[in-house]
Amino acid sequence: MIDTALFYVFALMTLGGGILCITRRNAVHAAIWLIASLMGVAGLFLLQRAEFLFAVQIVLYIGGIMVLFLFVIMLINLDTAAAERQYSGQWKLALGAVVLAGGEIAWVMARGLPGLGAAAAVQDGGEGGSDGNVERLADLLFSEYLLPFEIVSILLLAAIVGSVFLARRRTS
Amino acid sequence: MPPLPIPEHPPVAWYLILSAILFGLGVAGFLFRRNIITVFMSIELMLNAVNLSFIAFSYQLKQVSGHIFTFFVMVVAAAEAAVGLAIILTIYKNKSTLEVDEINSLNN
Amino acid sequence: MTAFYTGTDHFAVLPALLLALFGCAVLLFEFVLPVGMASRRALAALTLAGEGFTAYSLYRQHSYLSSQGWPALTAFQGAVTIDGLALAFNWMFLAAAGLAALISYRYLETEGEHSGEYYGLLLFAQFGMFFLASGTDLIVQFTGLETMALSFYVLVGFLRGRRRSNEAALKYFVLGVLSSGLILYGFSVLYGISGSTKLSAVAGAVAGRGAGDPLIWLAVATLGAGLFFKIAAAPFHMWAPDAYDGGPTPVVAYLSVASKAAAFVLLLRLFLGPLAAAREAWQGLTVMVALASLAVGTIAALSQDNVKRLLAYSSIAHGGYVLLGLVAGNARGLQGIVVYLLTYVFMNTGAFLVLVLLRRGEAEGNHIDDLSGLMRRSPAAAVLMLLFLLSLGGLPPSSGFIAKYYIFLALVESGHYALAAVGAIFAAAGLYYYFRLVKTMFGGRELAGEPLAASMGTRVAMVSTAVVTLGLGLYPEPLLQLALLPVKP
Repeated sequence: MIDTALFYVFALMTLGGGILCITRRNAVHAAIWLIASLMGVAGLFLLQRAEFLFAVQIVLYIGGIMVLFLFVIMLINLDTAAAERQYSGQWKLALGAVVLAGGEIAWVMARGLPGLGAAAAVQDGGEGGSDGNVERLADLLFSEYLLPFEIVSILLLAAIVGSVFLARRRTS
Repeated sequence: MPPLPIPEHPPVAWYLILSAILFGLGVAGFLFRRNIITVFMSIELMLNAVNLSFIAFSYQLKQVSGHIFTFFVMVVAAAEAAVGLAIILTIYKNKSTLEVDEINSLNN
Repeated sequence: MTAFYTGTDHFAVLPALLLALFGCAVLLFEFVLPVGMASRRALAALTLAGEGFTAYSLYRQHSYLSSQGWPALTAFQGAVTIDGLALAFNWMFLAAAGLAALISYRYLETEGEHSGEYYGLLLFAQFGMFFLASGTDLIVQFTGLETMALSFYVLVGFLRGRRRSNEAALKYFVLGVLSSGLILYGFSVLYGISGSTKLSAVAGAVAGRGAGDPLIWLAVATLGAGLFFKIAAAPFHMWAPDAYDGGPTPVVAYLSVASKAAAFVLLLRLFLGPLAAAREAWQGLTVMVALASLAVGTIAALSQDNVKRLLAYSSIAHGGYVLLGLVAGNARGLQGIVVYLLTYVFMNTGAFLVLVLLRRGEAEGNHIDDLSGLMRRSPAAAVLMLLFLLSLGGLPPSSGFIAKYYIFLALVESGHYALAAVGAIFAAAGLYYYFRLVKTMFGGRELAGEPLAASMGTRVAMVSTAVVTLGLGLYPEPLLQLALLPVKP
């Protein structure tokens, strides 16, 4: 019962934040509403027993990515942008297309879901003595998913080098 | 009073439908908005919708692989945000508008 | 206790390991070496050395597999598979990256943006591509895809001071991230129906559900849309002309061949692997996209005056031909795809190479008028360009002809006569815009300016692309041997 009530609260935060984010004129306001939406998603993670990802979402997504967004917005100073025309001319047509597509996807999900119950057996990672979420994640991350873990280290290096190169002041 | 027809725990289907709607919102923002920063934020909404979807499937299947996938998606999203914002900064340094339609000096 | 990094694992990913190592080495040496021309030359040489070591490790894998009768070598509990398909594409990526490194040197010097990060990102992009070719796990494929994509976003925007490069990077980035998001959504559905991220397990789940299942349809739709964006197939091609026009020419050469091939191998791994059982779901869609790409690419290129945009549209059309090979659905089709993409690496890079030669002083070298009278100014460049354009158009005795021949043969052998006819018509129509360039080169009035000089690296690249394009056209045997790799048992 509590679970369902919390689901509604977080879902409202997520969708409400999302809608408000994409409709605000002021970029800083949009960023704040996106933060609200991300908090809602974090809450939904917690409801589904994904405790580690709940923490990572807050620390990484909100505390890292959104702060970066806000830095760049402040740097660029979007007051002038707020005064300009905000929406593309064909918004009604696009809205119709999106509602149609979103409705179709939701319908497909609802129809296809009963078949998911008979999916693969429970998968346990490695020696499996541990029960906690973080322990199970760590087990898998450093055993079965070691390769993507290492690939991502190169990905992060490339991203850091690339973004610093692009954004730094030209010395020539 | 008869018990209310509200489920004890929300079924996984609700999470998946929510994720689909959120993905749709992200695509809508991507298509509608002219300001590039807001377009980026719509992309973040889309990625969050996918994360939600992974966690929901993972919860249903009682596995942790979905969590791992989500973890990697978050890392990739952070890297993409950094690079994307750096690209926006270079554009801003060379001209001062951020309207998607006006960035058309490349058009024929 | 199970070992998680065995000797087999090491052997399987050694090429990628070397690429990552040399990429880091380039970045480190740039930091350590004094600023100057000699250091930059050293960094370029280091990159080529890295390609050389990677080539050797690929050769070792190749000879090991051929001596064992071509088993599929799996590593990391099935997350990586080294088979004929992986090797064929890894050779392609190596060729593309090596050529790009060779032709970048003088171009970047002229633009004043010659720094070690370029070579580092070039190597990291190749690193990502390795996992697209040999990855058989959804997470490995996704992270490989993103590593490649992120490196390319930065490379396209590498000329930081030029507005065109910035805008090209932005447009490429925005649509690139959208397509990654779509692909990811498809991956989530595939994970949801199978409970595993390994392609083999997903294949079982898909086969169990059949093609009519709504979730399979959803997965095919989102994966297809995302992947067709990456390939720049119509109607998802909008980013390509702008990205090709604004990006630095060597990067565009690398992007147009390597990134396209990488997206194709991911498409092949997914559509011919787990989604093979759901062919009815994606066959129709692929046919439409292939025809649309042929149409848009050919028609839009007819009126282009900007050579880079023209090559972008021709690139879109070439993507259409390769998709037809997928539609054919037989072993010959897969062979045709590999042949096409391999010859495409050399002939397209060659065409962009000539454009790089034209870049000097204030002249951009992008407009068709810059090619005017090239025959008198620099006969070697003009003849080379003629060769590459002939090959792109699919005329004998170039390797481009062999490539198109195989695709059409595959279509005819599988009964798709109408598609073969349509493809042939578009190929013939495409000759028009290639010949327009030839006519300008040989007939137009000569432009003033000193004759084109080429750096050592560019000369090596010129010779190798020309030799492959003409040589494989005259003697296609080695090409066909390589192309048979993916279809070995």
